[in-house]
Amino acid sequence: MEPFPQIPMLSYDVVVIGGGPAGMAAAVRAKELGLNVLLLDENDYLGGILPQCIHPGFGLHYYKEELTGPEFASRLARKLVELGVEYKTAARVLEIKNYSDLEKVVIFTSPTGVYQVWAKAIIYAAGARERHAFEIGIVGDRVSGIYTAGEAQTLMDIYGILPGKEVVIVGSGDVGLIMARRFALEGAKVKAVVELMPYPGGLARNVMILRDFDIPLYLSHKVVEVRGKGRVERVKVVRVDENLNEIPGSEFWISCDTLIISAGLVPNVKKLEAIGVEIDPATGGPVVNDRLETSVPGIFVAGNSLLINDLVDYVAEQGELAAEGAKEFIENGGIESRKWIKVEKGENVRLIAPHYLSGDRDVYLYLRVARPMEDVELRIPEIGRKMRLPVVKPAEMLRVKLKAEEIKNAERLTVEVVEA
Amino acid sequence: MKTKVAIIGAGISGASIARVLSRYENLEVHLIEKAPDVGWGVSKANTALIHGGYDDDPEKYPMRAKLCIGGNRLWHQWVKELEIPHVWNGALIVALKEEDFDELEKLLERGRQNGVPEMRIVDREEVFHLEPNLTREAIGALWVPIVGQIGPIPAVIAITENAVANGVKTHLETEVRGIKVENGEVKGVETNNGFIEADIVINAAGLYADEIARIAGIDYFEIHPRKGEYWLFDDTVPGPRRVLFPTPTPISKGIVVTTEVSGHLMIGPNAQDLPPEEKDNLATTREGLKEVWEGAKKLWPQLPPRSRVIRTFAGLRPEPTGGDFIIKAEEEVWGFINVAGIRSPGLTSAPAIAYEVAEIIKRDLGIELREKSKWNPYRKEITHFFMMTPEQANEAVTKNPAYGKIVCRCNNVSEGDILEAIERMKFIGVKTPSVDSVKFRTKATTGTCQGSFCRPKIIQLLAREYGVEPWKVTLKGKGSEIGIGDVKALLRGEEA
Repeated sequence: MEPFPQIPMLSYDVVVIGGGPAGMAAAVRAKELGLNVLLLDENDYLGGILPQCIHPGFGLHYYKEELTGPEFASRLARKLVELGVEYKTAARVLEIKNYSDLEKVVIFTSPTGVYQVWAKAIIYAAGARERHAFEIGIVGDRVSGIYTAGEAQTLMDIYGILPGKEVVIVGSGDVGLIMARRFALEGAKVKAVVELMPYPGGLARNVMILRDFDIPLYLSHKVVEVRGKGRVERVKVVRVDENLNEIPGSEFWISCDTLIISAGLVPNVKKLEAIGVEIDPATGGPVVNDRLETSVPGIFVAGNSLLINDLVDYVAEQGELAAEGAKEFIENGGIESRKWIKVEKGENVRLIAPHYLSGDRDVYLYLRVARPMEDVELRIPEIGRKMRLPVVKPAEMLRVKLKAEEIKNAERLTVEVVEA
Repeated sequence: MKTKVAIIGAGISGASIARVLSRYENLEVHLIEKAPDVGWGVSKANTALIHGGYDDDPEKYPMRAKLCIGGNRLWHQWVKELEIPHVWNGALIVALKEEDFDELEKLLERGRQNGVPEMRIVDREEVFHLEPNLTREAIGALWVPIVGQIGPIPAVIAITENAVANGVKTHLETEVRGIKVENGEVKGVETNNGFIEADIVINAAGLYADEIARIAGIDYFEIHPRKGEYWLFDDTVPGPRRVLFPTPTPISKGIVVTTEVSGHLMIGPNAQDLPPEEKDNLATTREGLKEVWEGAKKLWPQLPPRSRVIRTFAGLRPEPTGGDFIIKAEEEVWGFINVAGIRSPGLTSAPAIAYEVAEIIKRDLGIELREKSKWNPYRKEITHFFMMTPEQANEAVTKNPAYGKIVCRCNNVSEGDILEAIERMKFIGVKTPSVDSVKFRTKATTGTCQGSFCRPKIIQLLAREYGVEPWKVTLKGKGSEIGIGDVKALLRGEEA
């Protein structure tokens, strides 16, 4: 079987798609496990989004010290190079073909040509995209000065361009808050952070930024309209009630020249959907087992393509786990289990992964609650597991370690977060 | 001696006229446009349909009735000569209640009068055969196989490139401020970039055609803008195979549901009349978008969730006094030809409008038109990486590595595509680098992420190729710059 006889063919045990923290950690681990691995990334440099994250706060778990994004990325990249992992930058995957469990083809283009790579397993770590202004229903004029937070960050921290000087930010998630600080540090006036929910969307340490820089936060508000000629001149803001319905008469305008949209991330999984990988509507990423294998055998997923993480440390951890899964898959010709224990979302759990556990290994569950609560218990009634938590917020991903022996006899697990 | 022709407005009408007139060796054609690039006015935002020509009443709107079907036939040829993206998928005008058939019968009759081939009324069974996912409430439809769709701005670009290759001179970012008339004859146009001498002035100024006419002393008509809004969905959302219309009402053809040329489900437009002074009001509104949503749902009940919306936009149609196209040589001012009020079906009619204008020049102005011995009817489409097979792509990359580097990941647009777009921008005289100029030529920034990944890279390429600072690159012309300076500009107390 030869899909494209005219183009060069390569062959590896595993192809890692994406050179951000998940992909690099996966490639490093795969190499350490003795696999023949190729990493592909579409940017000119490794690191994914990290090189533009020039703020600190990375690596506290993974490296036990606080690093900036570029520092975190360069540590992983250095390891990758030391181990002699093969990688290609400016390499964009065009298509994934799944011929059989151990026969997959990745077609990619690069400045040196188009290639097809045969692989036994694929680790997909292509990150996420940001939701944009049209998707969140903002209407009005089409003008310059509207950017997603990540795009503004790319402009400022990769290319050295200052987008504007009077800024309104939609969304109080981590990325929005960090960009609020970034703009303030460059001398711009951040006129408002506008948050739809009645509570801030980011980690507590990032919400502090607002106080540090004296930036007004409008909770239970949304930006509904942008007006301007060539460039943003003003935005219309409206208050919402507890059901997120707009309150008539509460509209007001804020003048600004820049609108930053930080309304959340969506796992980038189109190429997986195209080969029939099952997607969980709650995470937006694939349904996976405890090796992070998707519903298509031999395709593993890690990082923000799996689910949106708030710490890079978890992203790297998932990359390693996916590599271990790929090793097991290649050695045994598949990921086998006596049975699969289904993980269910119970009360106040908005999303959770992995979705299926084998019960024969320890596992981390990654989950997010739907609404903030104080003084709660995370419970898994089937195994009598209880964990006291002083506070839970949708912004903060919960990570729970389960031991193989405590779950091995369970039929299914329901994870709930309830009043203690 | 050459006859000098100045065409005001490089939209679909002006560009088509320029192309047709470029055929004659005794004409010197100047195409004048106030925007930085071609096709950015009325031609930019519309339903992109090549209509069938069945719904314009030849009694009330003789020009529209004649030129629509004529234009449809010409487009079948022009899309091939100029390699314009297109699809001929046919249209269904859907009946939801028994009374609708009366209207469909009328359209059928009118279509026959106008010379529309192959149209017929189909029953419930056949309508679902033609469009399986249509609303279950459909009871039949008028089937018009000759309807199609094109990329409207790519069409203007293609036509302009071909016109320029055949000797037409463009004047972009050139705003007409006066028209010189002496002894009842036009002598030229005054612009912000100086005087352009002309024996014939063709007014194809879209929404502003009434103002241009008034400058020349002609004031019997007015143009008012009629706004239409649209929703565009991600390319993974399934759309219809045919163009779906509701049965029309007296003011509008109704809200269309279609899969546009690039494969995106698109719904719209509604029709909202604006006062004449709001000719630049292209803002989307919640009311308008809601109206479109409700209207589209009647034909296509399974509209996707909000997370699959990739864009909303609005366009303006120039509605003339009287409702018919105004295409004529004005008697009071010799040499002044109006091509005004080109509302729907203007895109469809454009090639026929262009031949009509050539005819007017011959017949009414008495200018003999001598064909060039060598006129090139062909234009090659820009290279699109996404249209290549892996083998073709590999070959292209081997010759030029830039084709191997993907810039827009949603639509697989390569750096090579973008550099070629920039070359072609320069070829037709685009002076101000803008992301939109690249977008309309390559489809970069039009995918699922709406440019948040690729726009910064496109800005770098534009800045390099035009030799400007990256923050001075614009989104859509002067006043829409990407930034205000380098990242330390405010801290240094400067700003651009």
